[in-house]
Amino acid sequence: MSEPKPQPSKSGESVGKTLLIALLVSLACSSLVASAAVLLKPYQIENQLLDIRRNILEVAGLLWTEGDINELFETIETRVVDLETGAYVDDVDPATFDALEAAKDPQLSVAVPPELDRARIGRRAKMGLVYLVRRDDAIQKIILPVSGYGLWSTMYGFISLEPDGNTVSDISFYEHGETPGLGDQIAKPRWRARWQDKRIYDESGALRIEVVKGRVPAGDPLAAYRVDGISGATLTGNGVTHLIRYWLGDHGYGPYLRALREGEGT
Amino acid sequence: MGDHVELFIRSVFVENLALSFFLGMCTFIAVSKRINTAIGLGAAVVVVQLITVPTNAFLYHYVLEEGALGWAGLPDVDLSFLGLVTYIGVIAAMVQVLEMVLDRYFPVLFQALGIYLPLITVNCAILGGTLFSVERDYTMSESVVYGLGSGVGWALALIGLAGIREKLKYSDVPDGLQGLGIAFIIVGLMSLGFMAFAGIQL
Amino acid sequence: MRSTAKRALFEPVIDDNPVTLHVLGICSALAVTTSLLPSLYMALALTSVAALANTAVSAIRKVLPSSIRIIVQMTIIASLVIVVDQLLKAFAYNMSRELSVFVGLIITNCIILGRTESFASSNPVGLSFLDGIGNGLGYSVILIIVASTRELLGSGTLLGITILPTVADGGWYNPNGLMLLPPSAFFVIGFIIWAVRSWKVEQVEKPEFRIHEVHRTEAL
Repeated sequence: MSEPKPQPSKSGESVGKTLLIALLVSLACSSLVASAAVLLKPYQIENQLLDIRRNILEVAGLLWTEGDINELFETIETRVVDLETGAYVDDVDPATFDALEAAKDPQLSVAVPPELDRARIGRRAKMGLVYLVRRDDAIQKIILPVSGYGLWSTMYGFISLEPDGNTVSDISFYEHGETPGLGDQIAKPRWRARWQDKRIYDESGALRIEVVKGRVPAGDPLAAYRVDGISGATLTGNGVTHLIRYWLGDHGYGPYLRALREGEGT
Repeated sequence: MGDHVELFIRSVFVENLALSFFLGMCTFIAVSKRINTAIGLGAAVVVVQLITVPTNAFLYHYVLEEGALGWAGLPDVDLSFLGLVTYIGVIAAMVQVLEMVLDRYFPVLFQALGIYLPLITVNCAILGGTLFSVERDYTMSESVVYGLGSGVGWALALIGLAGIREKLKYSDVPDGLQGLGIAFIIVGLMSLGFMAFAGIQL
Repeated sequence: MRSTAKRALFEPVIDDNPVTLHVLGICSALAVTTSLLPSLYMALALTSVAALANTAVSAIRKVLPSSIRIIVQMTIIASLVIVVDQLLKAFAYNMSRELSVFVGLIITNCIILGRTESFASSNPVGLSFLDGIGNGLGYSVILIIVASTRELLGSGTLLGITILPTVADGGWYNPNGLMLLPPSAFFVIGFIIWAVRSWKVEQVEKPEFRIHEVHRTEAL
């Protein structure tokens, strides 16, 4: 590949011809690629949205009905919340707010203090999305996005809480890089079922939820706050504990859930 | 700073491009017969990786990403779909430059590496390193560390495999496994070994 | 002409398999072989790119100057891969997330560049197209075997359908966790190579060094 200079050879190569062919190929390829990108973009955006919506509906337990995802999602109220105060923010459009993007912008995010950051989140946006399932105005489920580091990489999921803001209904991880066969059980129904009816906070409001190693012993007084671990995936389980404790703690959605418990926000 | 050290250790051992993600296998298996060529190619890969990963990260963040061209007054432009072709172009150019530098200043190494240099361009590990660092959104400093770490990890695996294969010359390998087959089995065992590094938290 | 076409199409499957004989092109795929479905998508993606790239390169082979040959081939391949990637993102979003960077890595897949360089640059369009499909098939066969083995033994399922009910789900099969970890892909390919070379003995490599035969005949 390190030829000194292109010589006019027997096949009639010349600098001019080389440049011409190069130009033509580039034009052809770029038109092909650009048209593909532009034409397909709307489908891509739509599918991305559909995917997130499906995950939310699933963790809310609403996906058992056959129906258009977008239609089903109409029943869910999406709000933006200021994480520090726990109050609803109405001048940010929930449909376009992207918490992960905002987390990268220094003006829209805060650093997570190292002593709280066992889930290795780094930075989080100042605001967060909450999804409320309502029936006749009363809240049926509260769904919060959560994320944090497992064993191999960041896991992204949703936790679904009962209206008391404490009892867990379901938890799902739609994106993770955990070990297949071991850590990836966090996304499987069997382990998710173990979270049902577990409580996050105790009577005094302290964070108690944790994934233990092995099984929760029968008769454990703190059993209501403990979830069986996955054998062979202790570190993944620890990652889940850390990230749930962060996002439902005082630096996460804690203030919001407290505000909700003390009488609905808005 | 500790973060960066941890990233380095992780990219060398836990997320080894060759042993955990199977990248760069073609040249991997072909070159690992002699330790000397392995060391030479490994070094070349480290250098190329160290240059291309940060360069591509830079291009992604300041030219291709959605909104990246804000500094040029075009904040709505999203060129991320050009990513793949840009990265491969950068890699091809860097390898070409490396070839010329080696030819001029290290002719012995240039001779030894022979055909393998142009093959670095199509080495999945090089492009893979770039793609991973873009996908994980590394900052500039993180991408430098990742470039170095992933290159070193790949080189380490290559040299390790070469060492084992040299020793294996005197073994009685079944006919069907001779050469390629046993190389795969060994790589599998090495991969198993490297998995032990997972979960180490500094 | 018929037989050349048939040869172009079928030889790369066993006799001249790019993966098991030439060690080409496995990198970009092994990581997705923990289950069969993503592997099928990968196989389809690579075969399409191989066939189309071969066709395109063959079409311009007579006017392509030698000095920019490789770069032009790579540009064509890269563009095709981008299009495939965009199509996946648009119509199979979940799958594209699972395949993540590995579709992009098709660009550096040695099979495709190897074939455009060694075959398409000097053969007519129709034959090059078939050659692309043939090599794509050879690659796909290996990928499918590895993926089926890993998914079946590792999770007891194939394409998500339970074949061997696992203990965790109340069945009898204790899944082989190793099958879901990276090393197993290497082992499975090693065994495939062993099987193929025991069948097609002409593919066996000569050992570089054999300990002197005298010691062996003494045992007889």
